[in-house]
Amino acid sequence: MPKDLLFADNATREMVKRAEAENIDTIWDRYDAVQPQCKFGSLGVCCRICTMGPCRISLTPGKDPQTGACGANADTIAARNIARMIAAGTAAHSDHGRGVALTLLQAAEKPNFDYQIKNADKLKAIAEVYGVKVQGRSISDIAQDVAKAALEEFGRYEGEVRIAATAPKTRQELWRKLRIFPRSIDREVVETMHRTTMGVDADYKNIMKQGMRAALADGWGGSMVATELSDVLFGSPQPLRSRANLGVIEADNVNIVVHGHEPLLSDVLAIMSKDEDLIAKAKAKGAKGIGLAGICCTANEILVRHGVPLAGNFMQQELAILTGAIEMMVVDVQCLMPSIATVAGCFHTQLVTTSSKARMAGVRHIEFHETEAKKICTEIIGEAIENFSNRKKERVYIPKDTEKLVAGFTTESVFHHLGGKYRSTYRPLNDAIIAGRLRGAAGVVGCSTPRIDYESGHIKMVKELLKNDVLVVSTGCNAITCAKHGLLKPESAFEFAGKGLQEICRAVGIPPVLHVGACVDNSRILRTLTNIVSEGGLGNDLSDLPVAGAAPEWMSEKAVTIGFYFVASGVYTVIGHPLPMMGSQNLFNYLTRDIEQEVGGKWAFEPDAVVAAHKMIRHIDKKRKALKLKPMMYEQALKPEE
Amino acid sequence: MSKIIATAAIRGAHKLVNRAEAALADAIKAKGKDAAIEYPNTAYYLPIMYLFLGQKVQKLGDLEESMQEARNLLHDPPSDDLWLPYLGDTLDCGVATLLAEETIEVLKCFMGPSPVNGIWLGFTDDAILRTQGIKLVDGRMPGFAAIVGATKTNREAVELIRGLQERNILVFMAGNSGGRAIAEQLAAEGVEMNWDTFLVPYGKEITSAIHALNFAARSAMTFGGIEPGGMKQAREILRYNKERVHAFVLALDADPGVNGQLLTDEKYATAAGAINFGFPVISDVNIPEILPSGICTYEHVVANVPVAEIITRAAEVRGLKIKIEKIPIPVPFGAGFEGERVRKEDMHAQFGGQYTDAFELLRMKPLDQIEDGKIEVIGPEIDGMKEGEAFPLGILIDVAGREFQEDFESVVERRIHHYISCANGIFHMGQRSIIWVRISKEAKAKGFKIKHFGDILVTKIHNDFSSIIDRVQVKLITDAEKIKGPLEEAKRMYKHRDDRIAGMTDDDVEDFYSCTLCQSYAPNHVCIVTPQRLGLCGAYSWLDCKASYQIDKNGPNEPVQKGECLDPVKGQWKGVNDYIAVKSHGNLKNFNAYSMLEDPMTSCGCFECICGIVPEANGVMIVDRDHAGMTPVGMKFSTLAGKIGGGIQTPGFIGIGKLYISSPKFISAEGGIERLVWMPRTLKEEVGVRLKERLQKIGKEDLFDKIATEENAETPDKLLEFLESVDHPALKLDPII
Repeated sequence: MPKDLLFADNATREMVKRAEAENIDTIWDRYDAVQPQCKFGSLGVCCRICTMGPCRISLTPGKDPQTGACGANADTIAARNIARMIAAGTAAHSDHGRGVALTLLQAAEKPNFDYQIKNADKLKAIAEVYGVKVQGRSISDIAQDVAKAALEEFGRYEGEVRIAATAPKTRQELWRKLRIFPRSIDREVVETMHRTTMGVDADYKNIMKQGMRAALADGWGGSMVATELSDVLFGSPQPLRSRANLGVIEADNVNIVVHGHEPLLSDVLAIMSKDEDLIAKAKAKGAKGIGLAGICCTANEILVRHGVPLAGNFMQQELAILTGAIEMMVVDVQCLMPSIATVAGCFHTQLVTTSSKARMAGVRHIEFHETEAKKICTEIIGEAIENFSNRKKERVYIPKDTEKLVAGFTTESVFHHLGGKYRSTYRPLNDAIIAGRLRGAAGVVGCSTPRIDYESGHIKMVKELLKNDVLVVSTGCNAITCAKHGLLKPESAFEFAGKGLQEICRAVGIPPVLHVGACVDNSRILRTLTNIVSEGGLGNDLSDLPVAGAAPEWMSEKAVTIGFYFVASGVYTVIGHPLPMMGSQNLFNYLTRDIEQEVGGKWAFEPDAVVAAHKMIRHIDKKRKALKLKPMMYEQALKPEE
Repeated sequence: MSKIIATAAIRGAHKLVNRAEAALADAIKAKGKDAAIEYPNTAYYLPIMYLFLGQKVQKLGDLEESMQEARNLLHDPPSDDLWLPYLGDTLDCGVATLLAEETIEVLKCFMGPSPVNGIWLGFTDDAILRTQGIKLVDGRMPGFAAIVGATKTNREAVELIRGLQERNILVFMAGNSGGRAIAEQLAAEGVEMNWDTFLVPYGKEITSAIHALNFAARSAMTFGGIEPGGMKQAREILRYNKERVHAFVLALDADPGVNGQLLTDEKYATAAGAINFGFPVISDVNIPEILPSGICTYEHVVANVPVAEIITRAAEVRGLKIKIEKIPIPVPFGAGFEGERVRKEDMHAQFGGQYTDAFELLRMKPLDQIEDGKIEVIGPEIDGMKEGEAFPLGILIDVAGREFQEDFESVVERRIHHYISCANGIFHMGQRSIIWVRISKEAKAKGFKIKHFGDILVTKIHNDFSSIIDRVQVKLITDAEKIKGPLEEAKRMYKHRDDRIAGMTDDDVEDFYSCTLCQSYAPNHVCIVTPQRLGLCGAYSWLDCKASYQIDKNGPNEPVQKGECLDPVKGQWKGVNDYIAVKSHGNLKNFNAYSMLEDPMTSCGCFECICGIVPEANGVMIVDRDHAGMTPVGMKFSTLAGKIGGGIQTPGFIGIGKLYISSPKFISAEGGIERLVWMPRTLKEEVGVRLKERLQKIGKEDLFDKIATEENAETPDKLLEFLESVDHPALKLDPII
């Protein structure tokens, strides 16, 4: 029996009922089926690192066993488990970044390549970071050097991750002092795996330091490379209008849904789906045209650059297929539930895997190579068109719900939105915070999960923040949830935002929640915060800013990494479900308390989204007080403490 | 931006760009692309194009490129729902509007009918810009108001304007509301409008508001020393305006018949342009507000402010620092009235001039001999004076203060002119025993009395010199007999002072004084003021600076220890070098007080004159800012000024005060006064007496007539011809380079 979804959007509720009627299991059913879950695993005190184990630490204080066979205690075991999650998250984002860098290199080297450099200005800005000479050189020459410099970030054997030098100077110095400045991306992943293997690092704080270094190698390394070079290759996002939710699927189109995380394939698909020959073929099959929609972060990537509508987020991947109107679901990497193969099997939908890194047994695989991007995309779309005639009309069930949205904000575009060409500036944002019009800003990001009432975490938290004049920036599945609930519409400011935030939204013409991209684009938030620091008046470091981060419905290892790089960058970060380490009191104390003395940020775990929002606001208030900012201009729903 | 404003402004920008393009096409059709186009007497081309595009528009055809750039800045208006961010787009459209308005206005000068017509003054040239710039720099003017529209009644208009004048706020007027313009209202009420009264009517069309902005743009180029050329410089100029030029827009009264809108699209578009400069809009009309700050220092648009409260509100919104002293007199008081004339037919009575004895004297007395605030009128009061008659006037001020020194007497005395002439309806000129004062009929009608001169002087002297003066009393003598004794005493004192100051040389003092007053505008400029070289603005002598330091130890003037003399000929001291390095923020290393060729003094932009080398003549020429004609160096004052202002050393050119010309230290490192080969006739006349005296002292009386003026030559060739004909000594001196 699926959970009764009380908070979710209507389309999801409707489709979950349909799944039940069709007797098709979804994530909610399977989640119920795996209950009760292993307590030792949940609390992080199960060690499976060597085959003397699995060992587990007693959950009753003072009762044996308090160590594993090798003598590792709860602190060591929990810390090692967390560190390995971080390494996995860094690996995921960074491998994505490497793929973009390799593609940029080919685009630079091959004149007739399927990818072209779309944003030369940004290329030059990155060239400056890497010390690549710009003057008097061709774009392709610059791009080659930039791509190589970016690729060196992964395997450099000495020095530091260079793009991390875009962080505020004080922050960099702190990282060096603490010896957590990342050296090279792959190295930090490898070293984390080494340190946490059998019989190496046993000091939980030392392990966590390496964890932070690996996380920083993601946020200020792999993820940043992915975002920055994607902007070069595919163009920087610009604000645009689109729609979200399953209702964007149109019954009379040949429908292709892309799902996963990388833009390499999907960007070309977005372009090719407009190809007149292919559309003509679709029409010849009796369709109106070709409909492309996205799930998860691949959706975000092509939404912000092409306006391709969002079919849904992580939790809706099966539901999209359940409409019976999807000719093909094309997946790349990350957050792919193997269950989609099963659900697709119940319909005419063809599931296609495209990455050699992410295959599913028995599923059609069309391997994607950047060298033949257009050819492969033509083949994929061609197969989808062919499959249109296999669709069973009587099994088509598309919920009507869609919501309008505005997306496509970036670190760089803030300058123009706030000041135009000639007064290009962050000043109005800083001023708004300083003057007490905005209480602060929050990044609400991350996954969605069956663990809580679907979307309640995101929506309750975001609305509570907005109500208290906190501007929200969003990525990943949170952004999609916000879109479905209308929070990405500029008009929503007047319904949900406090008076101060409303004034800002009215002055600039922005929604109260700014969609800044996929989960890999959390690096945009880091850069944005850095720009706020540089603009002045709000302290000298990221940890001085009245901001907070949150992932109320997190579930992926990538979210652990993201959380750690925000904490290590000085940001207070609240997540809904605790990190799996609650079996170690020492580690808990360190991550939620003592770590703040070292890096300025810390963790908090709070399942109640409204309480979590209040914790963020209290933290923001604390920072406002430290900066001696003005009292809030308008009355606040959550009164500042005296 | 409120979406309503954004929509209207973007629409307005489209309309104005279309209109400018059409006007340009007509002009090109009539005169061809190669026709020269310029505003009169400016070194900054079309200042708005120069600022935003770095473009030096000289030919009609150049404007096509300007308009293409303007078109590139246009964006679509925001949609009714699901709009995209519009603040940045609106600001861009504001810039496009300004480019269009500059085009429209310059084409009016070019194609006619001339925008300078009746009360309307059109473009402000560089000479006025520099003269008024000093007032900005020394704080006499806290800022500008650009008034667009009209008030409901003429009385409101006069009251508003008097209020702005009282606060010394410069007023620009442009545009109209439904055909009514505030400048016309003021004209109807007989208010004098020109640069001397701080009231400047630009034009009746909103497009003429561009002149307020091209004035602001040039102030950053002139005083901020920012040379346009790219985006970086354009941003600097705009930020300079936001931070240092305290201007704001007053949008008065609604426009009728604008389709449910309170102001025209063109007004909103122009406001969007002004906001790029950091100039906010304050309106008495209930338009939407834009409260968040950032592009402007505080709010961007504030609405629905009653006209009676609008100045106070505007001052808050723009962050103006206004010091307003309430002086107990029945007429308005403020620097805006300083340049006001009282014509004979408007005059009730006059004093001095060539008609009667008159003088003003300020002297130091022991504390116990002064009754603070006492004002005596000796002789008839104004009620006893028949209309149109002349009377004597002795203004005798006694001051006392523990910190007061004899040296300060003349410094404070020099302020009398400024104080008295700031009263509305009072005219004052000259100083010492050559003063000339008039009281207007209007002032008399309002109840102004002779005694009120005393009230003005007592209040102002207390306010401005509170750190050195504790007591002030004033005697006002209007009796023809009783003035005689005090007049003789005054003349004795004038002579005593002249002898003292004239005898003072740079070698006599241990300290020079710095002047960093202009750093508010020219951040890297430092004046070094010595007894024999006064400040380049002509307003600050060594004694003035010394007094100023006494008055305010943290003020713009401070003593600079000369220290070890490194070069007596060029006038270089170690202490001065060290000081200047710090105060110029590391921009300057060495400074020579008497050389114009090697490490000369920098200029802020407020110079009275520019002294420049004429290599062909082996000498130098001097041009003052009132001379609009050509000079033998091939550049007009405005062009030269553009090159040497802003705190940079430009060997071969220096800014100087007029008095320096007759100083023994005048470019003494390069050979001194014998190098002087050319100056405008009016300047030569003005400095004639002192210069002749100086020449007499060195036995070179004949040199005076050998100095050429524009009547002799305006080109190097002609100049050389003249100099040879009179056997000018410069030709025989060592080569200047």
